[in-house]
Amino acid sequence: MTAYILQRLIQSVLVLLAVSIVVFLAVYGIGDPIELLVPPQVSAAERAAMIRRLGLDLPVWQQYLSFLGSALKGDLGTSFVHGVPALGLILARLPATFELVLLAMSVAAFIGVPLGLLAGLNPESRPSRAIMAGTILGFSLPSFWKGMMLILLFSVFLGWLPTAGRGETVFILGVPTSLLTLDGLRHIALPALNLAIPNMALMIRLVAAGTTEAMTQDYVKYARAKGVRRRRIVGRHVLRNILIPVVTVAGMEFGSLVAFSTITETVFAWPGMGKLLIDSIYHLDRPVVVAYVMLATLLFVAVNFFVDVLYAALDPRVKLTGDMA
Amino acid sequence: MRNPIIYAFVAGTCLLSAPAWAQSLKIALSSEPTAIDPHYHDLSPNNALAMHIFDSLTKQDEKQKVLPSLATSWENDGKNRWTFKLRQGVTFSNGQPFTADDVVFSFCRTLKNETAIAGSFADITGNFTAVEAPDSHTIVITTKAPDPVLPNFLSGVAILSASTLPHGKLTFDVANNCGVTGKWPVVGDFNDGKLAIGTGPYKFKSYTKGTSIELERNDKHWGPAEPWANVTFVPVPNAGPRLAGLLAGDYDVIENPAARDVSRIKDDKRFGYVITPSTRVIYFQLDVEREPSPFVKTENGKNPLKDPRVRKAMSLAIDRDAIIKRIMDGAAEPAYQFLPTGMFGTLPNPPKISYDPAAAKKLLAEAGYPNGFQVTLATTNDRYINDSQITQAVAQYLTQVGIRADVDAMARAIYFPRRSKKEFSVAIGGWGSTSGEASSFLKQWPATPDEAKTIGGSNYGGYLDPEFDKLIRTAIVTLDDAKRSELLQQAGTKVIEGGAFIPLHFESSVWAYKSNLTYLGRADQFTMAMQVKPAK
Repeated sequence: MTAYILQRLIQSVLVLLAVSIVVFLAVYGIGDPIELLVPPQVSAAERAAMIRRLGLDLPVWQQYLSFLGSALKGDLGTSFVHGVPALGLILARLPATFELVLLAMSVAAFIGVPLGLLAGLNPESRPSRAIMAGTILGFSLPSFWKGMMLILLFSVFLGWLPTAGRGETVFILGVPTSLLTLDGLRHIALPALNLAIPNMALMIRLVAAGTTEAMTQDYVKYARAKGVRRRRIVGRHVLRNILIPVVTVAGMEFGSLVAFSTITETVFAWPGMGKLLIDSIYHLDRPVVVAYVMLATLLFVAVNFFVDVLYAALDPRVKLTGDMA
Repeated sequence: MRNPIIYAFVAGTCLLSAPAWAQSLKIALSSEPTAIDPHYHDLSPNNALAMHIFDSLTKQDEKQKVLPSLATSWENDGKNRWTFKLRQGVTFSNGQPFTADDVVFSFCRTLKNETAIAGSFADITGNFTAVEAPDSHTIVITTKAPDPVLPNFLSGVAILSASTLPHGKLTFDVANNCGVTGKWPVVGDFNDGKLAIGTGPYKFKSYTKGTSIELERNDKHWGPAEPWANVTFVPVPNAGPRLAGLLAGDYDVIENPAARDVSRIKDDKRFGYVITPSTRVIYFQLDVEREPSPFVKTENGKNPLKDPRVRKAMSLAIDRDAIIKRIMDGAAEPAYQFLPTGMFGTLPNPPKISYDPAAAKKLLAEAGYPNGFQVTLATTNDRYINDSQITQAVAQYLTQVGIRADVDAMARAIYFPRRSKKEFSVAIGGWGSTSGEASSFLKQWPATPDEAKTIGGSNYGGYLDPEFDKLIRTAIVTLDDAKRSELLQQAGTKVIEGGAFIPLHFESSVWAYKSNLTYLGRADQFTMAMQVKPAK
């Protein structure tokens, strides 16, 4: 186990390093942020002073090394646009995104897994067909359009829920959350639903396919022959076996939603990290973009690790040893 | 409601709470201010927000006319000395009285502002050689070069309270920290509101980046009291959800709904809207210098854009009215000069450029291009309203008269650095005049570059007209208003005749609001709570 963790750690550091180089060079390559920040009527001397202050006068490799140097000390640079530390800017938005994704994934799992089981156990029945057809819709509707439709239906026509923003928040252990106030819940409902729908569809399909397959396996037949009740076969044997791919996908989806739920956040003006990323790319705010992608990478690495640990818990055959990774 | 007591109670609560509810205002913004610090970045959303919390010596009204604010009157000595008389009896929101010291302090801050984006007010105060306070309510400013538009520009420089920093005697001695003994604040220090102390009609309440900016009425404000006790700004960058929020009743006022969506609320009694022409002009800048130009292909290998007849033909080939009607949905005004008629230094009757493809073809033939030529128009696709569609339309108009035009549309992050490296032959541009005077465009774009005078910084097309240069250089140091206006008109005529800049239209801004409100739109496109009043 220790060897495994150590190996994963070294891998993670290498991945982070590679990602930082790629993103740094990519944003550098797009264009010059000074042209976007400084109005054209500014004198060349003032402009040059600003370029020097931001360190943009140095060759790119020197800029990268100085970034790496401060990154090792925990300083991921200062936003060109906002003039405050990039990491702080991102972390301030992390709770909003995190709670949104957490709620969306929970909704997706709590509705998706049972529906998937239902569809998988009786694949030919009418409700199952309806569920499976629904998943195709859930997948294929573009997030942006779906978001606007949700707003139109629930906010404009019915007037039940607010269109955008985060609503009232309360602090739990210093972290602001919308999940504990009525106003906050009303605000989070639509964006969470918008994020949950495609994931729900994904889970239904995964669970249904897994269930159909598992039901034909020998261990199920044996259990049935032994006279085990159907309920127990599904709950104890089938579910446990099919959850491995579901956990993997849910983990990956969780990571990518936290990092890149940009569209939903934009449509619902949810003050999360995705919106910050898009704004920062538009403004070539390199410190924020680089810090963001590094943080997202770290998140993926962590989620993957967590998923691997869950495997071990779900499947007794999986052992976390150094050579597995 | 069976119980009459409960009924009475509920009714009473409604009556009591109604006025309080009616006094709060929620405004959805399309772009969020990047900071609370009013000296951080000279950017429209930032400046609009700053004007709620802070006052300046002067202010501009909705038509960008300069009016007294913290200064009640000003005069200059005909050269470079300005005397401003300050308003008596003004207090900051923290109760401190406003005096000349605060003005000196604020001017110093713009020059001692290490986190500021270049060009954010330091270019105005950097032109000061001395700022003196002969008494507590008089300020005398001496500038390096005569600056006739100083009162216009001072409308953007927010006055902070000197009481926010420990200091000794305050003097405009920048090398010696102006007498301030504490550390000058940086942009992040303003975001919690402790330093956001001003004399403006509102005061800072809270700021959560990306979520909201909350203000409350400043009861110590010297001017008439605002009708709103609380104002909340929410950033909703996407136009669709912003309008949906208004329709659902989440917002009282929204800025910049898409013009094509205005028809959605046109016939709805619950909402109103206003379309206000702005000073932002959209134009194409032609490369009239290089031979050959990178994105022009001709049979003779020359740069046809150097020929004034070709430039005129291009301008005549464009149907401005159709672009405004079809692409801009009416939310624009045709431009025949570079600042709307009526503003300082503009022509009262600029020659109308009518759509005349026949004349354009004739001019092209005269210039020796009867078969036209090939050109690529460069444009942003995320900077100006409908920028890439406008360029596509212009390309088609040009193609109709024989100039085969392609469009190269790109994000602003790519476009602006490339344009400043002069990589284009025909490039879209947009310019809003912060001073409200014609000099703003004329000294920046067509003037021959002169680093020392900071003019001509955007003359990417290499436009050169010595007579125009003489006019604009004289105009910007002429303090006599009548004379300056005349010089600017002459200079403007030269640029229109030169044809190296093809004006298209002035963008209009749109605001939509609940019908129990009124909104007075501003030419500078600022969205401000002070523009909102309850409808009578």
